[in-house]
Amino acid sequence: MHADPKGVLTGLHFIDGDHAACEGAIAAGCRFAAGYPITPSTEVVERFAARIPLVGGVFIQMEDEIASSIAILGAAWAGHKVMTVTSGPGLSLMMEHIGYAAMTETPCVFVDVQRGGPSTGLPTLPAQADMMQVRWGSHGDYNIIALSPNSPQECFDLMIKAFNLAELYRTPVFFMMDEVVGHMTERVAIPRPEDIEVVPRRWTSRKPGEYKAYEPGEDLVPEMVKAGDGYRVHVTGLTHDERGYPAMNPQAQDKLVRRLVDKIRKNAHKLVDVRGENLEDADVVVISYGITSRIAAAAVEEARAAGLKVGHLRLVIVWPFPEQLVAELASRVKAFVVPELNLGQMVREVERVVAGRAQVVSVPHAGGTVHQVEDILAKILEVAK
Amino acid sequence: MSSAAVNIELPQLQNPLMQYLRQDRIPHIWCPGCGIGTSLNAFIRALDEMQFDLNKLAVISGIGCTGRVAGYLNVDSFHTTHGRAIPFATGLKLGNPDLKVVVYSGDGDLFAIGGNHFIHAARRNMDLMVVCVNNFTYGMTGGQVAPTTPLGATQTTMPYGNFEPPFNLPYLADSCGAVYVARWTVYHVRQLTRAFKEGLSKKGFVFIEVLSPCPTLYSRRNRLGDGVEQLKYYKERSVVKNGADTREVGLTFQGDIVVGTFVNRERPTWLDAMNEHFSQRFGDRYQRYGVRHED
Repeated sequence: MHADPKGVLTGLHFIDGDHAACEGAIAAGCRFAAGYPITPSTEVVERFAARIPLVGGVFIQMEDEIASSIAILGAAWAGHKVMTVTSGPGLSLMMEHIGYAAMTETPCVFVDVQRGGPSTGLPTLPAQADMMQVRWGSHGDYNIIALSPNSPQECFDLMIKAFNLAELYRTPVFFMMDEVVGHMTERVAIPRPEDIEVVPRRWTSRKPGEYKAYEPGEDLVPEMVKAGDGYRVHVTGLTHDERGYPAMNPQAQDKLVRRLVDKIRKNAHKLVDVRGENLEDADVVVISYGITSRIAAAAVEEARAAGLKVGHLRLVIVWPFPEQLVAELASRVKAFVVPELNLGQMVREVERVVAGRAQVVSVPHAGGTVHQVEDILAKILEVAK
Repeated sequence: MSSAAVNIELPQLQNPLMQYLRQDRIPHIWCPGCGIGTSLNAFIRALDEMQFDLNKLAVISGIGCTGRVAGYLNVDSFHTTHGRAIPFATGLKLGNPDLKVVVYSGDGDLFAIGGNHFIHAARRNMDLMVVCVNNFTYGMTGGQVAPTTPLGATQTTMPYGNFEPPFNLPYLADSCGAVYVARWTVYHVRQLTRAFKEGLSKKGFVFIEVLSPCPTLYSRRNRLGDGVEQLKYYKERSVVKNGADTREVGLTFQGDIVVGTFVNRERPTWLDAMNEHFSQRFGDRYQRYGVRHED
């Protein structure tokens, strides 16, 4: 289906990534957001609070991030598309509800505008240091989807994709921005509503009595209902059977938890979203995501100008990690260079998949600024020797 | 010797209240003498007497013994995380204002880990009915001190007697802005049923405290006898004072219990305030929020 015209500001805008992300969310159909102020993410909900009264929806500033992260789940079970927006310290507080959303298969989007950490760290300065936390941060086994935009335009475009994936897979979807992407202002083109494809909730067509809340379809995702429609659904964070009833035994645990992981893992090939450049002849491949990809692109360009066969693989969907693609590249390239605004997070995933078939070199940066082009170029030159 | 087979059609007798429960979830997990089931009985009697549309009711629980209430009721029910039933309920209510949303949880869940959410929901006058079954302890985890444990009572983490002053819950709710505040014990089943009916009919933040025995952990550890002994205590030491000053209804170890309807007032709910405010601000451009969402 197409976007509801009421929420779409078609035209050309000159706005920052935080504002563009908000417009993407509204265009995607988000009509409920809850949040708690935290730099550098607050502008997303400030814009939402300003825009939503005349679009038809609700924003509530909750008492903390814990409350925000579960208020959205309540609204999702009332039928809304929902999001909350935060940065590192807030994301840490939200972790229990990320697990609850995964366990109860509640579609929701968590926007994380990353800043330097740990703890209060660098509130106003960038990092990409929550990449492992979003994958593994809540306790237990589960799986999630995470996207990483590198421009305000992508904050708009990919936000729609984030909401669509949350509906398709009924899983928390993370929108991994960073302070630079959040605060940089660029041209953002917002298309006409009829050119924006939005995925509706996967409502069941079954009648009450015939419907089981957690009976999966072929793609391992169950159909959904909302409170108030007569299904008398029970939702619990306890291990549950297909009816949604608590089932405290190893068999139920195995069945449920495997499915929660497999619904992403077995569909991972459909979820690959990368931008590749000059990969065909590459001896060295730079793997990057988010703001770092823009510096990496400059480094790759300089290296190619110097005659080196260097390619660039940008991860747009970071989780699930594009294992097959990277494994295939590992069989034919000499080395991977992985710059990121942390001391080595996604590089571990590259190392795991490459499994010794090629050299993997990290270009770490503790955050606060982005890399210098020379930092990445130096590593490229080093491994290309 | 053979006997003629006699088929007697027995009438299918069933307690009329069973339809309110998920019968395939019974038996429940609560201990003999526990009062949570009694409170639930009063709650569904209230629903029955009101002929409440069960498709328009959602019950939200946190974690703990009372946290299991949601799972036994045959309505849209959500067993959430520890302490967070109120913010979940806030999202659900704002997501679909047509629903009556009831939070049903325990004292530790609502007032220790969840205390912050309680005070803010009351301040906002979020349209929720919050039922707290107060058994003065953490039952599910084995009898630890709670923010409601009376001074002097022994608990596993206060092995020499509790020296922390407990919350006076009706006073807390009153001072934060709740529009309806009542306290009863599970001895007072009729009054409790009436309070639930009043609470379900009331718009705004409603708080009902229900005192309940925990024979397994609280009573046993404090040598207070079984569930029946506690009901006798409730019967003998309860004093009905409707409209009492909530500052004066704090509880002491085995002392007098002031019960009654303490607060019943009117105040705009969060959603009414939002709609009113935006209508004034934007005029005809604003469409009042609260129709059901079918997308």
